[in-house]
Amino acid sequence: MIQTLAFYLFAVLVVASGALTILARNPVHSVLWLIVAFFNAAGLMVLLGAEFVAMLLVIVYVGAVAVLFLFVVMMLDIDFAEMRAGFIKNFPLGIAIALVLLAELVLGIGAYRAGGLVLGVADGANAPLVGESNITSLGALLYGKYIFLFEAAGIILLVAMIGAIVLTHRQRPEGARGHQDIGKQNRRRPEDATDLVKPEIGRGVDL
Amino acid sequence: MTDFFLSLGMSYEFAWFTATISGILLITLPLLLAVAMIIYVDRKVLGAVMMRRGPNVVGPFGLLQSFADGLKVFLQETIIPSASNKVLFLLAPIITFTVALAAWAVIPFNSGAVLADINVGLLYVLAISSLGVYGVVIAGWASNSKYPFFSAMRAAAQMISYEVSIGFILVCVVLWAGSFNLNDIIEAQRGHGLGFVNAFAFNPLLFPLFVMFLISAMAETARAPFDLTEAESELVAGYQTEYSSMAFALFWLGEYANILLMCALCAILFWGGWLPPFEWEPLYMVPGWIWFLGKTFLFFLVFSWTWATVPRYRYDQLMRLGWKVFLPLSLLFVFLVSGYLMLTRYGV
Repeated sequence: MIQTLAFYLFAVLVVASGALTILARNPVHSVLWLIVAFFNAAGLMVLLGAEFVAMLLVIVYVGAVAVLFLFVVMMLDIDFAEMRAGFIKNFPLGIAIALVLLAELVLGIGAYRAGGLVLGVADGANAPLVGESNITSLGALLYGKYIFLFEAAGIILLVAMIGAIVLTHRQRPEGARGHQDIGKQNRRRPEDATDLVKPEIGRGVDL
Repeated sequence: MTDFFLSLGMSYEFAWFTATISGILLITLPLLLAVAMIIYVDRKVLGAVMMRRGPNVVGPFGLLQSFADGLKVFLQETIIPSASNKVLFLLAPIITFTVALAAWAVIPFNSGAVLADINVGLLYVLAISSLGVYGVVIAGWASNSKYPFFSAMRAAAQMISYEVSIGFILVCVVLWAGSFNLNDIIEAQRGHGLGFVNAFAFNPLLFPLFVMFLISAMAETARAPFDLTEAESELVAGYQTEYSSMAFALFWLGEYANILLMCALCAILFWGGWLPPFEWEPLYMVPGWIWFLGKTFLFFLVFSWTWATVPRYRYDQLMRLGWKVFLPLSLLFVFLVSGYLMLTRYGV
């Protein structure tokens, strides 16, 4: 009873906030609706018993990725008239992508309903996931059966990260504006930087 | 607690519901009281460090100062700037406050005294506290004003940076404890140091992580010396600039509830939570929640003391500390801790 209620609550909210994400006029509102959608999707995951995945969804997507979205969108100066003009131009492309997604969805559900897919079984048939905490079973899958795929994904991400850092890293030459030597800053003592003088009355201080 | 309500002759569903509601009230109301008193302690410590008296007029020793402030704020007019985004402007303090309270659901106050004993407790705390940034960012944007906006930008960058190193530090603790459940993490600390000290912090591999966690917690809660989001010398009051009355009070309460949460996490993750500091029978006569609250209070004093003594960081220094010092160090410790555990506990 309460599960059904919770499911419909989360499901309706996911769909509604997903719709509002694309319908909202203000891009910042769009991002906020997207966050609501993420959050409710996490609620659905908890209902499925996948609390680990739900928490990761909140930590990674809501806590980090969406903050960056918001960060970028907040700083954009968006011209709404221009955006609407672009709508007609991009409409066919949007329809095409939507059709592809729909086809994939139908195909996926069709394949699932045709049977033959065994869900929730790790390592073939001899290690059922039920009864274990889902951190344990996820770990067993990722670091057992799919270890090479997992590590390959890790290496690809590492390469992407290094690439992004190399592309954006600027080494400021010594003496240039913005160059900082933290060691030098920390070594600086008050005696090196300040002079204590006691000027006579009526006399100034030599600078 | 469900059993107690069942014994009153309620049906199971109703007893569970009543038990949950009363559990929430049992945590929230003392928490709000504790926040009010901790604000008083904060001001008193700051006063003592500056050789002032601090609040001493309202009530005995000024104990009722926070309540007087609360009443004052409650009676003020809520001013909503006409250029602001009204819904989001009012939503932001509510988000901050709610999120700050929600994280307490998984905090164990005593053996078994926890509202939601879930097996991803630590991840839940991390997830909920990562939501805290939205209150600040939305407030900064919805105010439609320069200084709050700068503050929101800073908050977004600052909280993401320090969450990364906090995450890695938590990974080390979880590796050692072998569980994400906060109660299990506390139990794993029983007799951890030399067989009689109940604290992970006595482990030479975990103590540096505790120090890093304490500093990251200060940065994560935007507490001095990392309070760049509300740096009064440059940003007026940061994201709170346009707020008045209860909306401002909600930010205030939420902020302190978050600080208390981080202190409680220090106590739970590194200093044995509700366990007494030493494995010695007479110490168990003091109830567990007193040990827990005492440890939490001790860390709050550290926070207060830091606020009073250390000057504010510059923004680039803050980013450097997060990304160039804490991130590599905590990664190194993940490596060291997991390597040590592989060698000693699991065999290579």
